[in-house]
Amino acid sequence: MSVILVFLVVIAGFAGWWLSHQRLTSKPWLEQGLAGDFVGLDRSALPTAKIGLGVFLAVVGCLFSLFTSAYFMRMGLSDWRPLPLPRLLWLNTGVLVLSSIALQCAVVAARRGQTDMVRLGLATAGLTALAFLAGQLLAWRQLTEDGYLLASNPANSFFYLITAMHGLHILGGLVGLGRASASAWNGARAERLRLSVELCAMYWHFLLFVWLGIFALLAGWAGTFIDICQRLLT
Amino acid sequence: MVDVTPADAVPPAEVGEVELYHPHSWWTRYVFSQDAKVIAVQYAGTATAIGLVALVLSWLMRLQLGFPGTFDFITPEAYYQFITMHGMIMVIYLLTALFLGGFGNYLIPLMVGARDMVFPYVNMLSYWIYLLAVLVLVSSFFAPGGPTGAGWTLYPPQAIMTGTPGGQNWGIILMLSSLILFIIGFTMGGLNYVVTVLQGRTRGMTLMRLPLTVWGIFTATVMALLAFPALFVACVMMLLDRALGTSFFMPAIVEMGEQLQHNGGSPILFQHLFWFFGHPEVYIVALPAFGIVSDLISTHARKNIFGYRMMVWAIIAIGALSFVVWAHHMYVSGMHPYFGFFFATTTLIIAIPTAIKVYNWVLTLWRGDIHLTIPMLFALAFIVTFVNGGLTGLFLGNVVVDVPLSDTMFVVAHFHMVMGVAPILVIFGAIYHWYPKVTGRMLDETLGRFHFWVTFLGAYLIFFPMHYLGLMGIPRRYAELTDMTIMTESAHHLNSFISIMAFIVGFAQMVFLFNLIWSIRHGREAGGNPWRATTLEWQTPETPPAHGNFGKELPIVYRWAYDYSVPGAKEDFIPQNVPGSFAPSREPI
Repeated sequence: MSVILVFLVVIAGFAGWWLSHQRLTSKPWLEQGLAGDFVGLDRSALPTAKIGLGVFLAVVGCLFSLFTSAYFMRMGLSDWRPLPLPRLLWLNTGVLVLSSIALQCAVVAARRGQTDMVRLGLATAGLTALAFLAGQLLAWRQLTEDGYLLASNPANSFFYLITAMHGLHILGGLVGLGRASASAWNGARAERLRLSVELCAMYWHFLLFVWLGIFALLAGWAGTFIDICQRLLT
Repeated sequence: MVDVTPADAVPPAEVGEVELYHPHSWWTRYVFSQDAKVIAVQYAGTATAIGLVALVLSWLMRLQLGFPGTFDFITPEAYYQFITMHGMIMVIYLLTALFLGGFGNYLIPLMVGARDMVFPYVNMLSYWIYLLAVLVLVSSFFAPGGPTGAGWTLYPPQAIMTGTPGGQNWGIILMLSSLILFIIGFTMGGLNYVVTVLQGRTRGMTLMRLPLTVWGIFTATVMALLAFPALFVACVMMLLDRALGTSFFMPAIVEMGEQLQHNGGSPILFQHLFWFFGHPEVYIVALPAFGIVSDLISTHARKNIFGYRMMVWAIIAIGALSFVVWAHHMYVSGMHPYFGFFFATTTLIIAIPTAIKVYNWVLTLWRGDIHLTIPMLFALAFIVTFVNGGLTGLFLGNVVVDVPLSDTMFVVAHFHMVMGVAPILVIFGAIYHWYPKVTGRMLDETLGRFHFWVTFLGAYLIFFPMHYLGLMGIPRRYAELTDMTIMTESAHHLNSFISIMAFIVGFAQMVFLFNLIWSIRHGREAGGNPWRATTLEWQTPETPPAHGNFGKELPIVYRWAYDYSVPGAKEDFIPQNVPGSFAPSREPI
């Protein structure tokens, strides 16, 4: 359970940093009137939707940390046989990176108000994300054809489970991307479009980050890394 | 006295108005409504309905335990199904849904001075997914083989094996699916509660001016958002074990002479995941109760809450600590003694912030102008019950005491006191307190007092004797113990007595339900602020509050939520949106 605890420490650090800016030591019973510089104490200047997405990403991060925790705990048991990762995953990773870059370009274009470039970026991101999902399905097929079935070994089970979870999150993101594209093509207000493109990009970058983590985990590097850390500590 | 801005120099509210969704038909107004107040009532109604099912299940269990062998239809399998469904429904589908979905939805926007939740559409989805989860759960009663009988903790391997009711039928699959749906729905609602508190607050409503109710619900929601994923992971993995034959949790196992296809899985892994959710869950239920009870006590004792800052810090501290105590539910799972030592220590440390809260409630009452209204009675009953349940928690938090008591009725008594009866008492108090705001009418006083005394005394008569049964060594989880030597004559009489009390207390809840329905039309007119309270939900122009809550202009907040009996003020309460100072208010604490 150490992975999830580390994750929670990060969350707690963030929450603590935020709380430390909320004057938790003030004495509200002595302060009447509009409390001081309430610009800093009231709502954040960030758009509400971004904060909402940020909270949601914390939940998603929590979910994948828990899968990782479970992975490490189950890995320690004797019947674990690691499976060879299909080479295709490297290509998929590249495609997902492209997808993120395309969305980042769309964000830059949206900030400059170039609607054409936004559309191009969104379309590229959507297509590459679909290509990533197709690539993941192909990788699954390669593995099943080679006899690495879901139930035959816990390493396989975790591989399918975690990649499926990640894929589902991408799929959900595509819904959001679809909505952003709709507003890009229907000529929504510039700031609104900018916000939805930024939200998509935030989500995409996060899922790319999660994927890199998962990839490292499934390839066994994460385990090696932790081994090294443990040896350094003991 | 720090009067930050002269009251008359305040510019008009310039908080960005949110775009409210305005319903156009009866359907979008009352059924597929995006108004948090309607969603709150929907949540509360659904939770109460499924809670009644759980109440009936507890009667059936008590029939069996109090009068074993009398009722043929209660087979051991059925008994396990009753236990499982009673526990799961009460903890998740009733308490969590009612506190966060019900009270959270109703009170957060009103108390922080918002027109609605920040994502109303997602909020509506949250309720409908919750309803779907409840329906999937209910459908398991009608599935072949009935609902699962795995115990509410659903421990593998037994949860998905033939011997357990529903293990190889639909029962466990429907249970896990329902939980997964619940978590998805809750996450949608939870995002709303958190972000509304962060971003929806009206002008002047700093965090330190929030009523403690909002602090409690807010912190509990943050915890729930971080804890429920653990249950989600556990459910998904168990579902795969059951449906597709993986071995996440299932060890190699021989069932009726037949080797199952599972191999090498770890049941302990499930326990870690389950309790990583399960322990925070206790505080997810308790923190809203703490918050609400603080407001009830302050309002009905006409006195400012004692140590507001400490109360806030204690809520945060409890929330943080509750993530590092989960393994105290696993002392008997064969863990390393050092782990046991660690978790016993963290468990006992939680007693410190909790005790601070109890002291502060008592000190709020000290020399207050206590009105023994029904909400106050329930709040007082909560303090007593929570202290009682908490003290047995200190017993069970220690490994050496827990190991012999772990499988006895003592544990049943402990957790029913601390996380069953105590939060339910707060829910009742809160309903009596806020019902006038929701409906515009008061609940009937006589029926309410009857309900209170029967529930309070009855709950003690049910759960106090259970401690003794536990100390005698009567194990929990058994459908029938008649032939055992530990089951003495007196223990048997005690069991029958508990059962009879359970029926009486259950009956009192029917009276309460009648009161709820009857008073909608026949209750005394309440007016806008019957308890003369300070918080914003009582200052709405209309009662019940209309769509958009606050009429044309959002209120501006000038003071904290607890200005009761301020010396020099005309009345014994000053609402949060009243400008001006009344110096000198009181000595700084």
